[in-house]
Amino acid sequence: MISQEKIIHGLIAAIATLVLAFPLLGVKLVTDGISPHLENADTNTIVSILVASLAVFFVQVFKDHLSSAFSAIPRPDLLSKIPRPTTTSGRDKAEKIATMLLIAFALAWPFAASRGSVDLATLVLIYVMLGLGLNIVVGLAGLLDLGYVAFYAVGAYSYALLSDYYGLSFWVCLPIAGLLAAAFGFLLGFPVLRLRGDYLAIVTLGFGEIIRIMINNLTSLTGGPNGIGNIPKPTLPAIQTEPDLALVGLEFGKRAKTEGNIPFHEYFGIAYDGSYKVIFLYLLAVLLVVFTIYVIRRLVRMPVGRAWEALREDEIACRSLGLNRTAIKLSAFTMGASFAGFAGAFFAARQGFISPESFTFIESAIILAIVVLGGMGSQFGIILAAIAMTVLPEIAREFQEYRMLLFGVMMVFMMIWRPQGLLPAKRPQLEMTHD
Amino acid sequence: MVEASLYFIQQLLNGLTIGSTYALIAIGYTMVYGIIGMINFAHGEIYMIGMYVSFVAITGLMMAGITFLPVVLLLALAFSMFVSSTYGWAVERVAYRPLRGGNRLIPLISAIGMSIFLQNYVRLAQGSRDVAIPSLIEGNWSFGPADGFQATVSLMQVIIWISTVISMFALTQFIARSKTGKACRAVAEDLKMANLLGIDTNRVISVTFIIGAALAAVAGLLLGLYYGVANPFVGFIAGLKAFTAAVLGGIGSIPGAMLGGLLLGVTESMTGAYFSTEYKDVVSFGLLVLILLFRPTGLLGKPEVEKI
Repeated sequence: MISQEKIIHGLIAAIATLVLAFPLLGVKLVTDGISPHLENADTNTIVSILVASLAVFFVQVFKDHLSSAFSAIPRPDLLSKIPRPTTTSGRDKAEKIATMLLIAFALAWPFAASRGSVDLATLVLIYVMLGLGLNIVVGLAGLLDLGYVAFYAVGAYSYALLSDYYGLSFWVCLPIAGLLAAAFGFLLGFPVLRLRGDYLAIVTLGFGEIIRIMINNLTSLTGGPNGIGNIPKPTLPAIQTEPDLALVGLEFGKRAKTEGNIPFHEYFGIAYDGSYKVIFLYLLAVLLVVFTIYVIRRLVRMPVGRAWEALREDEIACRSLGLNRTAIKLSAFTMGASFAGFAGAFFAARQGFISPESFTFIESAIILAIVVLGGMGSQFGIILAAIAMTVLPEIAREFQEYRMLLFGVMMVFMMIWRPQGLLPAKRPQLEMTHD
Repeated sequence: MVEASLYFIQQLLNGLTIGSTYALIAIGYTMVYGIIGMINFAHGEIYMIGMYVSFVAITGLMMAGITFLPVVLLLALAFSMFVSSTYGWAVERVAYRPLRGGNRLIPLISAIGMSIFLQNYVRLAQGSRDVAIPSLIEGNWSFGPADGFQATVSLMQVIIWISTVISMFALTQFIARSKTGKACRAVAEDLKMANLLGIDTNRVISVTFIIGAALAAVAGLLLGLYYGVANPFVGFIAGLKAFTAAVLGGIGSIPGAMLGGLLLGVTESMTGAYFSTEYKDVVSFGLLVLILLFRPTGLLGKPEVEKI
C-alpha cells in the first residue's frame, strides 16, 4: 500500500530535484557580449531534468518495494567461499605463498601486456606506494593528514632540482629525496602533533598548500608554474669490462644523454626498442613497492609499529603506560613522509617533467581515498583500492568531459557501498579456546 | 604620516570586507562540526553555487524588466538562499546521512567526493570560463587630503558589512531564542542525550545544513557583486579559507567563526598590502599554525575534557 506520507515525501524529493537542477542546468548564463543574458538549455536537457524528477518521485514512493525486490536477488558472498586457514601459522604460510605468487605475476606480466597498460600499471604502483605511506599515518597511527601530497612534491622536486643543478643520478637522489621528505615531515610534525585530530587535518592541509604556493612562487629556483622539464630517466647500473672495469649506468634512450652512460641496447647488443624503457620503469616501480611493503610489514611487527596502533586505539591508555606520545606520532609522520619522498622521486623520473599542478589538494584527497577505500591499515586492500582509483578514471577517459564528475560520484558511492573498505585490516588478536 | 595611516585604514576596511564574508561561510563549517563533528568539505562549493544562482537570478530579473535595484537584490538573495539551502539539504541526505555513526574518515571522503562532483557539475552546466556581471552598486566615499592618498569606502563594502551584521544578528537570535535553535544547542551538547529526550536529531542536522548553506549563499551574492566575476573553482579556496577561519576561532563556536573570519580577512589584506600578494595564503596558514600552537582549541574554543 502506498501511504499518503510516502507520496508527500516523493513530491518533496521531486520538487527538490527541480530546484537543484533548473537554476544551473536549465538555464545558461551568457556574459559575453553587451549585456549578460540567460539562454534556455536545449530541449534534451529540460526533458532529462523532468524525467529525473519523475524518477526521484517514483523511487521515493516505491522505495520499500524496490529494496525488497533488490534483497530478493541472491548475493554471492565470494569472500567467504575462499577457504581460509584457521590457525595463525597456517594463515601466515598462506599469506606468504599468496604474496610470492602476486610478486611473480607482477614481474612476469609486463612482457605479455601492451605498452600502454604497463605504463598505466606503473602509475598504479606509484599510487600504491603513496597509499602505503599514507597508511602508516592515517591507518596505523590514526592521524588525519590532508596534506600528504606536500611530501610527494618535496621528493619529486628534490630529485628534479638535484639532477638539474648538480647532475646527480637517480640512484643517488632516491635516498636523498626520501630523507628530505622525512625531514619535512619531522619539521611539520614537531609543532603540530600535539593538536587533536581535526585540527591536525586542517594544519596539514594548510601545509600542503603552503608547499605548493612556495614552489609556484620561487620561480628562480623551481621554475614556478612552468615546472621543470628534461628530468633524466633512471639508469640501470651495470658493470663495464672494456676499456677497464667500471660501474656504468645503462640508459634506455636511443643514445646516451649523459657522458659515461651507455644505451641499454648497445650494452646487450640487441636492437633498440622503445618498450624496454616502459618495462624497466615498471619493474623499478615493482621493486620500490615490494621494498615499501616489506619495510612496513617489518615496522608493524616492531615495537614502534605496535605503539602506532596502540596509540590509535587508545591514547590515554598509551600515555598511562609510559609511551611517549609525541615521539610515536612523530615517527609515524616521518616514516610516512619518507615513502612519499621515494614515490615523488620516482614520479619525477618517470614523467620527466613536473610542475606544481601535479601536487594539488585533489592528489592528497585521492591518496586518502585509496587508504580509506582500501580498508584503513590493510596492505592488500590498499593495492586493490589504488587499482580501482587509478584504472577506473582511465577507463572513463572516453567520457573526457565527465571524468572528474564521475570520479566524485564514485568516491561518494564507494563510501556508501562499502564504508569499511574493500578489505578491512585484520587486527592481530588472541582468542581463548576451550580444549 | 597621515598618508600611511590612511593606507592602513584602507587595508583594514578591505580586510574587514573579505573577512565578514569568510565569517559567513565559516558559520556553515562550524555549526556542522559542532553538531556531528564532521568537516563538510562540500561547503565551499555551496558558496560557489550561491554565487552562480544569484548571478542567474539577477540577470533573469533584469531581463524580465525589473530594474529597481533593491527589489532585484532582495529577490535574487531570497532565490539564491532558497536554492543553496536545497543543495545543502540534499548533500546531507545523499552523501552524509547514510554514513553517520561510523568511522570519522568515511564522511570526510564522501564530502570530498561531493565537492569534486559539485564543482564539475557547475563547470559542465555553465562552462569553466569566468562569468561576469556589470557592477550594479556604484558610489563611494573618499576621505583624506585631496592631493594625496585617499581612503575609499564603497557603497558595496558598506552593504557587505550591514548584511553580514544583520545575518549574524538573525542567526544569534535564532540560536538563542527559537525552539529549533534550542534544539540545535542541545544536539551540539550531546547528540545521544538529545535524541533520548525526544529531539528529532535528524531534523536538527538538516536545519544546520540549511542554515549554513543559506549563509554561504548570502556570502556568495555579496562577494559576487563585489568582485563581479565567478567561476566554478572559486569554492575550493574560499571554503579552505573559511574553514581555516572556523578553526582559528575555535571550531564549533559561532562567535569564534565570526572572529576568525574577520581576523583572517584583515591578516590577508595586510599581508597583501605590506608584504606580498603571492604569499598571503602562506601567511594566513602560518597564522593558523601559530595560534593553534599556543591555543590548541582556537581563540574561542572550549578546551575539551578528555573522558576515560
